[in-house]
Amino acid sequence: MPEIKVTPLGAGQDVGRSCILVSIGGKNIMLDCGMHMGYNDDRRFPDFSYITQNGRLTEFLDCVIISHFHLDHCGALPYMSEMVGYDGPIYMTHPTKAICPILLEDFRKITVDKKGETNFFTSQMIKDCMKKVIPLNLHQTVQVDDELEIKAYYAGHVLGAAMVHIKVGSESVVYTGDYNMTPDRHLGAAWIDKCRPDILISESTYATTIRDSKRCRERDFLKKVHESIERGGKVLIPVFALGRAQELCILLETFWERMNLKAPIYFSTGLTEKANHYYKLFITWTNQKIRKTFVQRNMFEFKHIKAFDRSYADNPGPMVVFATPGMLHAGQSLQIFKKWAGNEKNMVIMPGYCVQGTIGHKILNGQRKLEMEGRATLDVKLQVEYMSFSAHADAKGIMQLIRMAEPRNMLLVHGEAVKMEFLKGKIEQEFSINCYMPANGETTTVTTNPSVPVDISLNLLKREMALGGPLPDPKKPRTMHGTLIMKENSLKLVSSEQALKELGLNEHQLRFTCRVQLQDPHSDPDTLHRIYTHLKSVLKGYTIQHLPDGTVMVESIVIKVSSSAEDPNTKVLLLSWSYQDEDLGSFLSNLLKKGLPSGLC
Amino acid sequence: MLDCGLDTTSVLNFLPLPLVHRLNRLLLLSFQELKECAGRVFVDSQPEFCLPERELLDLSTIDVILISNYHCMMALPYITEHTGFTGTVYATEPTLQIGRLLMEELVNFMERVPKAQSATCWKNKEIQRMLPGPLKDAVEVWTWKRCYSMQEVNSALSKVQLVGYSQKVELFGAVQISPLSSGYSLGSSNWIIQSHHEKVSYVSGSSLLTTHPQPMDQSSLKNSDVLILTGLTQMPTANPDGMLGEFCSNLAMTIRAGGNVLVPCYSSGVIYDLLECLYQFIESANLGTTPFYFISPVANSSLEFSQIFAEWLCHNKQTKVYLPEPPFPHAELIQTNKLKHYPSIHGDFSSEFRQPCVVFTGHPSLRFGDVVHFMELWGKSSLNTIIFTEPDFSYLDALAPYQPLAMKCVYCPIDTRLNFHQVSKLLKEVQPLHVVCPEQYTQPPLSQSHRSDLMLELQPPPMPYRRCSVLNLPFRRRYERVYILPELANSLVPSEIKPGTSVATVSAVLHSKDNKHTLQPPPAPPTKKRKRVIEEPPVVLAPKPLLSGAVPLEAFLATLQKHGISEVKVEETADGHILHLQAEDTLIQLEEDGTHIVCDNNEPLRTTLRDLVLRFLQKL
Repeated sequence: MPEIKVTPLGAGQDVGRSCILVSIGGKNIMLDCGMHMGYNDDRRFPDFSYITQNGRLTEFLDCVIISHFHLDHCGALPYMSEMVGYDGPIYMTHPTKAICPILLEDFRKITVDKKGETNFFTSQMIKDCMKKVIPLNLHQTVQVDDELEIKAYYAGHVLGAAMVHIKVGSESVVYTGDYNMTPDRHLGAAWIDKCRPDILISESTYATTIRDSKRCRERDFLKKVHESIERGGKVLIPVFALGRAQELCILLETFWERMNLKAPIYFSTGLTEKANHYYKLFITWTNQKIRKTFVQRNMFEFKHIKAFDRSYADNPGPMVVFATPGMLHAGQSLQIFKKWAGNEKNMVIMPGYCVQGTIGHKILNGQRKLEMEGRATLDVKLQVEYMSFSAHADAKGIMQLIRMAEPRNMLLVHGEAVKMEFLKGKIEQEFSINCYMPANGETTTVTTNPSVPVDISLNLLKREMALGGPLPDPKKPRTMHGTLIMKENSLKLVSSEQALKELGLNEHQLRFTCRVQLQDPHSDPDTLHRIYTHLKSVLKGYTIQHLPDGTVMVESIVIKVSSSAEDPNTKVLLLSWSYQDEDLGSFLSNLLKKGLPSGLC
Repeated sequence: MLDCGLDTTSVLNFLPLPLVHRLNRLLLLSFQELKECAGRVFVDSQPEFCLPERELLDLSTIDVILISNYHCMMALPYITEHTGFTGTVYATEPTLQIGRLLMEELVNFMERVPKAQSATCWKNKEIQRMLPGPLKDAVEVWTWKRCYSMQEVNSALSKVQLVGYSQKVELFGAVQISPLSSGYSLGSSNWIIQSHHEKVSYVSGSSLLTTHPQPMDQSSLKNSDVLILTGLTQMPTANPDGMLGEFCSNLAMTIRAGGNVLVPCYSSGVIYDLLECLYQFIESANLGTTPFYFISPVANSSLEFSQIFAEWLCHNKQTKVYLPEPPFPHAELIQTNKLKHYPSIHGDFSSEFRQPCVVFTGHPSLRFGDVVHFMELWGKSSLNTIIFTEPDFSYLDALAPYQPLAMKCVYCPIDTRLNFHQVSKLLKEVQPLHVVCPEQYTQPPLSQSHRSDLMLELQPPPMPYRRCSVLNLPFRRRYERVYILPELANSLVPSEIKPGTSVATVSAVLHSKDNKHTLQPPPAPPTKKRKRVIEEPPVVLAPKPLLSGAVPLEAFLATLQKHGISEVKVEETADGHILHLQAEDTLIQLEEDGTHIVCDNNEPLRTTLRDLVLRFLQKL
């Protein structure tokens, strides 16, 4: 039986360093190649030694697919391709290809320049790695090789995020990456067709959450920001440069405009301008509304939001600052946080998920005293608010996607084990399909049962469909017969007659002739007619003909009558049939041996 | 339906829609609707278009329309609206968006200058016959129609389903369609229509030149049974690069002499390349201060839209987007105020207008749109130049109603589509079994009948088609895909007939749904436990398989012996042997292609003999 194997090297019962290996139809595919935000050691990258202990990965992988530009999905890519070694194709969408190297460079700078780590990938490696990237368009079927094809679907999580459908023969797997089933202010909702994959590999970040309506959350967010500003506080919103940031910017921009607010909004890092530019150029990847109106008004040209300078953090008076990164684990957002943490008028709003080990995660869990580097502790007095704006599907969304794609098996990654367990139960109960949740390094094997594609001769098919009538009768299925010719790699189903012809074989006729003696004091034609009547009454549903040349035919069986020379009352019936009618012929000879019933006219 | 283009050359027979109604036209033949102008007769009416054939078939029976580029969809509202059409139109996103802009522009041009009357009298056959040419020779004039409305455009375009290059779309389970990049314009596509065994390629409006769109995908056209070829260049003798050079030099010359340049053009397509070329040319030609104007109701949209289709652009332009920079340099021209765009000559334009200047505006037929205004404004001065770049209209016909004209005319048609040389190279490469093309491609153009290089010469010769001809494509469908369910596949017993060839008899239930066929195991025979089973006639189940092979005499005799039948008298006949089983009074006639068992009243013996014979034969 063919099998599909799935092994997470990262994101198995965990969030971070997404990296999933799939073996399908003899092909090996790596899905995502991310880093873990919560670690600073070897555990930050997936364990590629699982694939091979020594040497390069090229011969073990047919392709690598990156779902979107977040570092936990692409952060290990230059390490994998340039330091471990991989020269095969890497697929990602155009926006991902555009934005990914910038974030990688950012990540490299923080790690090498700020933390002083060595043995890390270089700028050149990022460039070399990106040269191996082949851009994907939505819905385009890309033939990786003769057998392996992949197709991207819109995932809505961030600009350019995609789900991928991977197909070899009639076996297939869908990997969702991160996705969002509800459209937001700048992106549309994920969508996939009813592709019925053997396995659907889904993220499950919000496996147990069912979020209230987007409108409520937005109103809540604006209310909190507004209140804080009103009482003269500073609001810090840690975000990643691209994605949620743009959504919240659009939200605040329209709110400021409507309420005529004057407090400044800043956006940290030089990336802003550039990031917004990406959104302008890749506007086809945003939602319907933005796409429709972009000629009149580009939503990504902000009037109220200005670039942030480090010195502004000490300015008096209220302000709102978007700062990177989003989990408060390094960089500018952490610096500002340290500055503002002591004042209870201030507020930090965490708009997304925080990985374990980050400061974001700690303060969200209510920790008020933080240990900083050098044994210093930081008292957290400012208000900590959490608003789930990160665009992951919630439990409802995941179920919705399953309904869309109708997978035969489900596999959860990118979530916490306890939450996964709960969702797994729900999925198995609601859809009666198997649901797996392998840990890192653990292999899930799913046996598939593919149908065999065969070429049927059109003659045979048409004949069969014509016989079946315009509407099939489910109670009386018709059985069709044919011969399957297996030659080299081709499988052809043809009628038996055609098979003989195609194979250049002669037909061998096997016939049987049987004489049956019968006492019947009638003239020969009368006897024949009596036989005809008798058979007509016994054999329902058969074609019985009384032919003018003095024979009766049942299907293709011929019956003739002659009188015996000695006794005119003893009739000799001659039955002749071919092997194809063996069952009926044998039955008839037995039947006629018993004589004709007297009641016949 | 493959494409849905509009023949707009018909508008050349109409008077330009003037911005100011002039009354200096002469009345002719006492018909209000015909006017003479510069020695030619024109119809004074809202211009009309020549539509695709609509009478030949019932448009409501069309399931699918495939669009290859935005120029080939201009007749869409005539086909999908008010005809009972309920199908789907497939097109790429740039094709849809830019096609919408071009339609919007057309509607806008027409509605700006409404004409009350719609001329019909001249269409009367008797009258038309008496008119001077080219009106006399206009065909199908009764089917000509006025422009559609914006409402019809919106309704027609709502039927478009977007597709991406190489996306496979299943149609009714029967065929799969897939658009391929054709390299001609943003989102332009060739189409593959294929089933599991047959492949038809539709190649329309393709280009091998490196301009802004993604390069043409040639390799996917390989292995076609039939290749339908259309949309070749209309200017086979004009080299696009040379024309571009001529365009620039004429433009510079006119400006230096203090004249204005008028470029009648469509709002999308070649204009992007012209602007890009000028972007590089402006500085070197010292034209930095000359204003460039692009005037069209959709000028802004067209320029904006061109920047957001990164996926559909050539590699160079894609790389720019990654930086991120706008892919087309006209963004910079606009930013530096060198290029300005206006929805029309009214409003801002009239106050900002400076001469000498270069104006890009439509419509290239010179019959409507802002271009008419500039013709009247600049036509009288020989300092000015009009440069024709669009190949769709004969420039002499376009200019006819404006004669006499003092302004210079330069004709540099830029048509990047395939020429005959490129086509034959392409066809050699992709090797289709048959080529189908318009009749015109099979002979040299009438005006240049000696140029045998301006036609398609192929082996086997292409199958030509003409308007309303019905063509039978030369292939027979012989096979269809069917899927055998794993349960059934496992139950099959293959036997080897020849080395490398095996056969298995299949009895199965055929399920057909949405043109997808599966074979499922036959239902288990009903296991009725009746006493008098033998009395029941056999149910028609599996008929016995066909037999093949021959029964060898010696081996058969040996087998009979083994089963206790030894008294056999063998008699040779013309075609084989007759075996007389004396003890059983039974005859077996063995021949090369048949065996006949004559056995009376001894059913057990007959079945034994039957099985023995079967041992030597193959079942199919």
